Amino acid sequence: MSSGHHLLYRPGDSVVHRLPAQVKIVCALLGVLCVVATPRTEFLAFAGYLVLLAVIWAIAAVPFGHIARRAVIEVPFVVIALVMPFLGGGDRITVLGMSLSEQGTLAGWNILAKGTLGVLVSLTLAATTTPGELVVGLQRLRAPAVITTIATLMLRYLEVIAAEARRMRTARVSRGHDPRFLWQVGATARGIGTLFVRSYERGERVHLAMVSRGWTGRMPDYGAPATLRTWLTGLTPVLVTGAVLAAAVWLP
Amino acid sequence: MAAVTGEPTPPALLVERLAYAYPDGHQALYGVDLRVEPGERVAVLGPNGAGKTTLVLHLNGVLTGGTGRIEVAGLPVVKSNLREIRRRVGIVFQDPDDQLFMPTVAQDVAFGPANFGLSGDALTKRVHEALDAVGMAGHLDRSPPHLSGGQRRRVALATVLACDPEILVLDEPSSNLEPVARRELAEVLLELGRTTLMVTHDLPYALQLCPRSVLIDDGVVVADGPTRDLLADTALLAAHRLELPYGFRLD
Repeated sequence: MSSGHHLLYRPGDSVVHRLPAQVKIVCALLGVLCVVATPRTEFLAFAGYLVLLAVIWAIAAVPFGHIARRAVIEVPFVVIALVMPFLGGGDRITVLGMSLSEQGTLAGWNILAKGTLGVLVSLTLAATTTPGELVVGLQRLRAPAVITTIATLMLRYLEVIAAEARRMRTARVSRGHDPRFLWQVGATARGIGTLFVRSYERGERVHLAMVSRGWTGRMPDYGAPATLRTWLTGLTPVLVTGAVLAAAVWLP
Repeated sequence: MAAVTGEPTPPALLVERLAYAYPDGHQALYGVDLRVEPGERVAVLGPNGAGKTTLVLHLNGVLTGGTGRIEVAGLPVVKSNLREIRRRVGIVFQDPDDQLFMPTVAQDVAFGPANFGLSGDALTKRVHEALDAVGMAGHLDRSPPHLSGGQRRRVALATVLACDPEILVLDEPSSNLEPVARRELAEVLLELGRTTLMVTHDLPYALQLCPRSVLIDDGVVVADGPTRDLLADTALLAAHRLELPYGFRLD
């Protein structure tokens, strides 16, 4: 989208990057469903999923560090998962001299493993697909037009509104405003109110401009349908995930 | 079409006795008459609050409910024709940030023609032609916020040109432009040779671009004639809160 500073996207020209967004979205969603459906004691299956993700990162040339740094968002859930072995009831087991609940340990592991894999899958999708492509992909998947339209406009106007907020801040600071004290925060709050009103008015003007160019409620579709071959290529990871899941469930 | 049946070509724009009051009761237009022939470039001058923008928003049926009649190339502006009317009337709004709402320049220029039914290669061709006409062909994948003010204004013009309108309507096209960008836009507009209605406060710009001007104040047309004659009438300008910039001479 906004060329230059991407938060999650890592520009590249790999097979993974070039896949149509709708294929990648479906792949990520089905992949996560497989992970969630895996019984928590099938430890090898989870290891298999991680290996599969590592292969995808290698193909897409996304360094592990890129993914790892952004996966930090998961930390609050990790904390919960780590607390559970101590709080759970039922049979106790002793690990390194600590008495842990067996049920709690498994529940914690379940959250940790599935949550981490889910976050990693999302980050992989975001690292290889721009926000704009994601919206086009959702549109091709027949997501409600209202949602894709709002997402498109949000992506476009985030920067405009941020720039407006910066200008208003500069104007305040230039007139001696220095919101270090509690009683000065009021001006900042009023600024946010003003920003809302301005954004609302801009929304009305943008709507006018859209209607003037024949808009009737649906954004034009800029994507292209993916061929069967592309779908099969793109869904390979899901097929592998499904195979691992099936093996874990049915093999003794 | 009319030429085939032997009738005279209809005017590009015909406005007859257009009157309009906003829902809050403020009467903005008191019966405006305006006729623009194909190929003409006409400036609409007038002070703030004269009703210029209200007039513009009536031309493509965004505002309705007034009395009077509007036709665009022979097609009346009524609800059943709105789609075709909006293709025929291309409005370039004052703030390009309102006009350019898609993530990339190419997508923005394609927005209009795609809504009007173009797709595939025809759409791509139209996008390229429109950007070419405004000298922005090399910026297909740029993000609009990263363009300069003048470039944004020209892309905004291209988004409307791509719909192949019968009449271009420009709202304050020279506002917020640096002198070079202002001149470049003028060159593009002259080169296009399209029927143009230009709403502006910028009297020298009106003189440069539009052989004819219409002066609107208090919701009525108070003068209509060659731009040079209008601008030479100091008393007329003063009566309607308009004046030439300091140091500007008409000779």
